[in-house]
Amino acid sequence: MKCLYGFYRPTSGEILIEGRQVHIATPLDGRQLGIGMVFQNFTLIPAMTVAENVALFLPALGIVLHPKAIQARIREVATRYGLEINPAAHVFDLSMGERQKVEILKILLAGARVLIFDEPTSVLAPHEVDGLFAIFDKLRQDGYAILFITHKLPEVMASAQRITVLRRGRVVGQLMRDEATPQAIVRLMLGAEPPPPVQREGLANEAGAPLFEMNTLSLVDEHTGIGLKEVSLQIFAGEIVGVAGVSGNGQSELADVALGLRRPDGGAFILAGQDASHWSTATILAHGLACIPEDPLRMEAIPGMTVVENMVLGEQLRYTAMGGLTMNWTGARKDAELFLNTTFVTTPPRLDWPVENLSGGNLQRVVIARELSRQPAVLLAYYPARGLDVSNAEAMRQLLLSYRSKGVGILLVSEDMDELFALSDRLVVMYHGRIVGTFRPHETTADEIGHLMTGGSRETTREGAN
Amino acid sequence: MLVGALQAGTAVLYAALGEVIVERAGVINLGLEGTMLMGASVGFAVTYQTGNPWLGLIAAALAGALFNLVLAFLVVTRGANQLASGLALGFLGIGLSALIGRPYVGQLIEGLRNVPLPILADIPFVGEVLFQHDVLIYAVIPLAFFLQWVLFSTRWGLSIRTVGEDKTVAYAAGLRTQWLQYQALFVGGLLAGLGGAHLSLAFTGVWGEQMTSGRGFIAVALVIFAAWNPLRAVLGAFLFGGALAFQLQLQARGAPVSPFFLDMIPYLLTLGVLIFLRGNRKFAMPAGLKTVFEGMR
Repeated sequence: MKCLYGFYRPTSGEILIEGRQVHIATPLDGRQLGIGMVFQNFTLIPAMTVAENVALFLPALGIVLHPKAIQARIREVATRYGLEINPAAHVFDLSMGERQKVEILKILLAGARVLIFDEPTSVLAPHEVDGLFAIFDKLRQDGYAILFITHKLPEVMASAQRITVLRRGRVVGQLMRDEATPQAIVRLMLGAEPPPPVQREGLANEAGAPLFEMNTLSLVDEHTGIGLKEVSLQIFAGEIVGVAGVSGNGQSELADVALGLRRPDGGAFILAGQDASHWSTATILAHGLACIPEDPLRMEAIPGMTVVENMVLGEQLRYTAMGGLTMNWTGARKDAELFLNTTFVTTPPRLDWPVENLSGGNLQRVVIARELSRQPAVLLAYYPARGLDVSNAEAMRQLLLSYRSKGVGILLVSEDMDELFALSDRLVVMYHGRIVGTFRPHETTADEIGHLMTGGSRETTREGAN
Repeated sequence: MLVGALQAGTAVLYAALGEVIVERAGVINLGLEGTMLMGASVGFAVTYQTGNPWLGLIAAALAGALFNLVLAFLVVTRGANQLASGLALGFLGIGLSALIGRPYVGQLIEGLRNVPLPILADIPFVGEVLFQHDVLIYAVIPLAFFLQWVLFSTRWGLSIRTVGEDKTVAYAAGLRTQWLQYQALFVGGLLAGLGGAHLSLAFTGVWGEQMTSGRGFIAVALVIFAAWNPLRAVLGAFLFGGALAFQLQLQARGAPVSPFFLDMIPYLLTLGVLIFLRGNRKFAMPAGLKTVFEGMR
């Protein structure tokens, strides 16, 4: 969509506006053609007032500003579409919902006829979502075209006239509202039915105490409003628990709490049978938790350091030599080589390269190898196949299975249904910071999971973990 | 002493007003000392050669502006680190101005004359304090009001502030961010050059190496003190000028206060402001200051 607005340039194909082929190279071109976009992260300047933010995008702005006139124009359009806002207010004082109104006002006053909304509801509270749809309707009646991008099915069904389904950058189907059913859309979104789960020797050992447990854990997140809501989750030895869900529905908050980066606001987090809610990250790691994070460059690796240095991070004590005066780099190098060689099929990355120069896949391999080299009891694996090619992704899956049979408890967070169904002993679905369903993979379907992940509800949903 | 405050504070104020514009556009010029010195030395040299202080002023402003454009090339076009580039250019300016000014050390010129305003200058006391100065002093406060208006009530000012806050938004709004930053640095250089020229052509009337004695750095500090607001910069500059004049008078009377302590006053003020204004968004620094825009991915 950013192509259409001019942020990126398409490599091929054409864009037609009113039947005419157009070339959109910059956002300015897009705006002059009447295309306006409301981004997921608002393009507002918090330090400025609403009127100033709107003025920036006005097509015919005089050399001297007339705040009164701009405010009057804002008020006029605002009243018509139910976007009331104080034009003199500073944006940093506004709530997320109000900021979105300012964004809409901005593109309307800039003369846009085609309005693109990129996941506009992700920052809104439920009642604000209804308000937004009311605004959509009014705009539509006045002849504006609206392109609404979302992954939430009920919202599509509530607001759209025509529905286009995208999967991995391709249009996989177009439906009119009347002929669309949630099931049909989910099927298009997910593609073919996933293969049956891989049969593995041995069932998960749920006899003993869980290695990792969250009890009605809550985390308040004022920024996104999602956080965690009464999450109860258990991981037993030798078990893979899959977490399905669109990213940004509480998965990263789960890891934050588990790693001790954020303190839960309610409930308990139990690791190795002890309350770990207030442990430091170092203590938690010492109790056998390892994590392959969502964003390895931000969370787990230091871009300017070499592969070996990154491998040693968190394990400095093991390689300390001469009473802390120096490090046993030869040993660290040998271990790093060993792990990278044994864990993956293709040749390992150069050990003396700074990791920022590695490809996404190689970086992922370094992070996975390091986390596994720490002999964890519990492994949180976030999108572990990210950046890996097909053969390495398969090797990574086999690796997870082999650690499972060694008795490691694994939490697998993924958006890839095939991967979740193939590997999980148990599947939970997260939506808006809540666990909305727990299943055995062979007792459910991708349809059902997909429906829950996009905010649908099922009477047959089996709440609570076994 | 009030006269002293006006005379000593003016050079700093010109530089600070220029730096307000530059920092509002998202660039910090730590080499302001060098920019001022370039203005001071070139202004002095041109005045000496031509005997016309007005030509000297114009040359000083242009010298400052050109010097700032070098910084613009480094940090805007080449995307170099702003702090390192600014400091390096600052020291380059100190050396270059000394080289330019070498033949003129100890020379005397006919600098800017005081122009007593008719009638107003005859008012007792007030007239003496306010209305018997050179042109640059008269112009500086109206200039601050003018810049305040430009920044907050014109399209150019809005564009400059947008670039300084968030270059992605500026790009989305169709602004030419790099061109605007060049413009801001050009204007900032003009003003810093004038500030330097005020020292050599009016305040002292001689050229000496490093004659700005840290005023460029004080101007950078004043911008923070002023919370990036031209009118507040006036207040800060004359506080500084007052402290300087106060210190000179104390020394003249042989008071037992270390001049080194008094030298520290402007910086102590700035530190105090930094401590107390933190967290207040009305006084927040431009969000995009020092960042390098790498274009859209």
